[in-house]
Amino acid sequence: MTTVANDPNADLRVIGKSLPRVDAAGKLIGLTAYADDIELPGTLYCKLLRSHLPHARVLSVDTSAASAIKGVIAVITGEDIPIKYGIMPTSQDEHALEYEKVRFVGDPVAAVAAVDEETALAACRAIVVEYEPLETVESIEHALLPPSDEPIHDYAGPGNVHRIGALEFGEVDEGFANSSFIREDVFFYEGNTHLPMEQHSATATFVGDQLTLWSSTQDPHYVHRALARVFDMPMGHIRVVAAPHGGGFGGKADPFSHEMAVCKLAMVTGRPVKCTLTREEVFYVHRGRHPVLMWVRTGVSQDGKILAMHFRTALDGGAYGSYGPASMLYTGALQTTTYNIPAYRFEGVRVFTNKAPCGPKRGHGTPQPRFALELHMDKIAEAIGLDPVELRRRNYVKPYTRTINHLRITSCGIEEVTDLVVEASRYHERKKRLGHGMGFAVSSYMSGAGLPIYWNKLPHSECIIQVNRGGVTLYCGATDIGQGSDTVLATVAAEELGLWPTDIRIVSGDTGLTPVDLGSYSSRVTFMAGNAALQAAREMREILVSAVAEKMECSPKDVMVGDGKIGELSFEEAANLAQERHGVLTARGSYTPPREIGGKYKAAGVGPSPAYSYSAAVVDLDADPYSGEIQLNKVWIAHDIGRSINELAVKGQVEGGVYMGLSEAMMEGQLYRHGLHKQPSMLDYKSFTFFEMPEVETFLVETVDLEGPYGAKEAGQGPLLPVIPAVVSAVHDALGVWVDEVPITPDKVMRALDAKAKGREGRYGPKSFPQISYPPIVKVPPFDASSTAF
Amino acid sequence: MSDIGSREILKISVNGQNKELLVKPYATLLEILREDLRLTGTKHGCEAGECGACVVLIDGTPQLSCLVLPGQIEGSEVTTIEGVSDGGKLHPVQQAFMDHGALQCGYCTPGMVLSSKALLDANPRASAEEIKEALAGNLCRCTGYVSIIEAVEAAGRAMA
Ligand code: FES
Ligand code: FES
Repeated sequence: MTTVANDPNADLRVIGKSLPRVDAAGKLIGLTAYADDIELPGTLYCKLLRSHLPHARVLSVDTSAASAIKGVIAVITGEDIPIKYGIMPTSQDEHALEYEKVRFVGDPVAAVAAVDEETALAACRAIVVEYEPLETVESIEHALLPPSDEPIHDYAGPGNVHRIGALEFGEVDEGFANSSFIREDVFFYEGNTHLPMEQHSATATFVGDQLTLWSSTQDPHYVHRALARVFDMPMGHIRVVAAPHGGGFGGKADPFSHEMAVCKLAMVTGRPVKCTLTREEVFYVHRGRHPVLMWVRTGVSQDGKILAMHFRTALDGGAYGSYGPASMLYTGALQTTTYNIPAYRFEGVRVFTNKAPCGPKRGHGTPQPRFALELHMDKIAEAIGLDPVELRRRNYVKPYTRTINHLRITSCGIEEVTDLVVEASRYHERKKRLGHGMGFAVSSYMSGAGLPIYWNKLPHSECIIQVNRGGVTLYCGATDIGQGSDTVLATVAAEELGLWPTDIRIVSGDTGLTPVDLGSYSSRVTFMAGNAALQAAREMREILVSAVAEKMECSPKDVMVGDGKIGELSFEEAANLAQERHGVLTARGSYTPPREIGGKYKAAGVGPSPAYSYSAAVVDLDADPYSGEIQLNKVWIAHDIGRSINELAVKGQVEGGVYMGLSEAMMEGQLYRHGLHKQPSMLDYKSFTFFEMPEVETFLVETVDLEGPYGAKEAGQGPLLPVIPAVVSAVHDALGVWVDEVPITPDKVMRALDAKAKGREGRYGPKSFPQISYPPIVKVPPFDASSTAF
Repeated sequence: MSDIGSREILKISVNGQNKELLVKPYATLLEILREDLRLTGTKHGCEAGECGACVVLIDGTPQLSCLVLPGQIEGSEVTTIEGVSDGGKLHPVQQAFMDHGALQCGYCTPGMVLSSKALLDANPRASAEEIKEALAGNLCRCTGYVSIIEAVEAAGRAMA
């Protein structure tokens, strides 16, 4: 790995070093208690009865036989938890247990608490549900037709349309009229799932009016809100604790049925109740990558400058709203953060189908359009005879500019990341030969969403640092889902207080103990919680320094902090000195993104971020013209990280993102037949093992963002994005055919080769984009820059 | 059902301690470890032999504990992640995982560490290809495997 640092002489002691994670030791010796490892005395075990039909009215649920089984303590159905919830204010469309109708295979209808799992399962089997089957809607095209009996939901619409919108920025028609070359393409991105290694698990207790939930959740803050709504309880009587986490990737970012069920069952039984999903159930609760159909039309000038772009998307949302309204807008929002698009029209639709609900998976709504956009750029380059890297360079956004859809770009290493991978891979020196190819792509991602999921004026992140008895504890609502957020927070505090990261005790992701943080999604923690921690740590440092300065009778400026010392005193001595004067020491910090990062139009909430990361990738592979098989040789990835807080952790995030991108580009798919999941097991749902994973060479570019903590930006999601189109582009380079659909499997490659051999276009992919009646286009006026610098 | 079915006595050694346990004949070793012995360091991702999170060593050989029944292990020596470090000192494999960032969420880590330990106990000079071969049954969703290979190579050097 190589780091290109813009201020290598920065005077930092622990920031940017390659240090072990602060939570590594507990995980390595098997002591860390993940959600399913939590076992309270007298625990009951919960199982959910799930629908085996994709779409049906629930006529009756008879639990009498189940309740009579010895060892069954309680059975509940939907009517016991009648209030609906959902992650977004506009999609409160889920019952914890459905009692009117079920909308996908796996939709829960009843829950049992019993003395052990076996008994709970037997009780589920004894519940009799009478269903009246309804038409199964399984594809985007089908969902766009008028329903033959009834729509999946009785809100939104028409028919099974969940969300639909059309926006225009700048003069698109004029841009096309002035273009010397115009190209249209259609792409399809198959849905896939997070596949966290840990199955979701939750345990609840209800004691003396206080409800406590331990759960493998990424967002305790939002689960807390959902519980208060569903149980109509004061927020102050509910505590949600995010247990140490066995992987999320967006899959544990919604409030879930099993969480609601264990809470209700704890209330009913007065005992702790636990529910751990089976792997099969994890495939059903899903919330993963949306399947998306895309159509893009771009006009360029003679010299390859983009003059206008029109982008259409259609998302298969599955059975519920989830993050869908945001997901839909994300398929149109970030095209502009890599390329300067002076006129841009976006039309998007999300439909309901009778499949597991889709939601946010790493990159949330942006890997699909990024795949389409990058291949579309390749095709334009080929058509106008320009090198694909050169075409992109001619259109790159510049630092400290404003996009046509009002997004504020600050630090931007897009040129640097391009240079690094292109040079290291010798992309331009490659020899053309059948069966070997290289592909290049760039991308950009948010360092946290600019707005919360529901409107409120609380800070997006807050930290408290407490110094007590010579020790430091940092309290923050952020949740370490494996990405290393506890390590980031500890490192920031350690830097400011002159300590080592493992000197800082972290209490995180606990709505009963920690101040607000919105959660681990949208790559927001390093930037937002990091800034909150920085502010708190600087305040604490001042408290300690002034106590020491007073005692030493010197100016605070002369008190050096570092290596476990505050001035002449050890940290512990200084802490005790200050505590003698003030009592227990606390300092607070908070972060809310600035308002001017985005626009004010309707739908402007999706896309703005206080800073964008930039990534570029080159993929080198062999593709067999006789079998269509693809052998990955190497990936070069460069990422504009702003600054690494912990270089080892950033390298891990980058490599993990590359892996996940490759795996979904080449084999992952959440597929259905007649509403049934085709492969709800880890054996049948293919993902990369050690064998498939190629060599990865990582480059980090430190652009030092002016607003990020020490200049840091995100690493968790961005590096996944360019990898997927780069794979497909490399296959084209190797074989001269286009596969405009992921995953790019050997059969699709062979179909494209076959088409070419028969004299047709050497391509596999969707033939056309459906006719969709998008609403009238909303023309958004240009950004009003009067109150900002640009 | 909770009260139905016979129990049988299982004698095994777990992390060097002899145990005499009353178990259901169809309980998996994974369940015995996690539920009866409360050794929850052994993880599960599928309970169907697909993910490798539940790997333990049985007489030194890595096995998927979710597929092992009591009748197969009578008298065996089982090593779980709780038995790998030596007192407060990490085993070289654990130390290398820590130093190379070979864990993120850490959920696959117990299985990875045990599979790696078994490999290196037999062959500390294992090549990258041999490491991939030995660990191919252990899935990891976080790391992209790159740092795990680096860690196992480093641990091999430390153990050689
Ligand atoms: S739990 Fe997955 S292989 Fe045993
Ligand atoms: S570290 Fe999370 S699955 Fe391997």
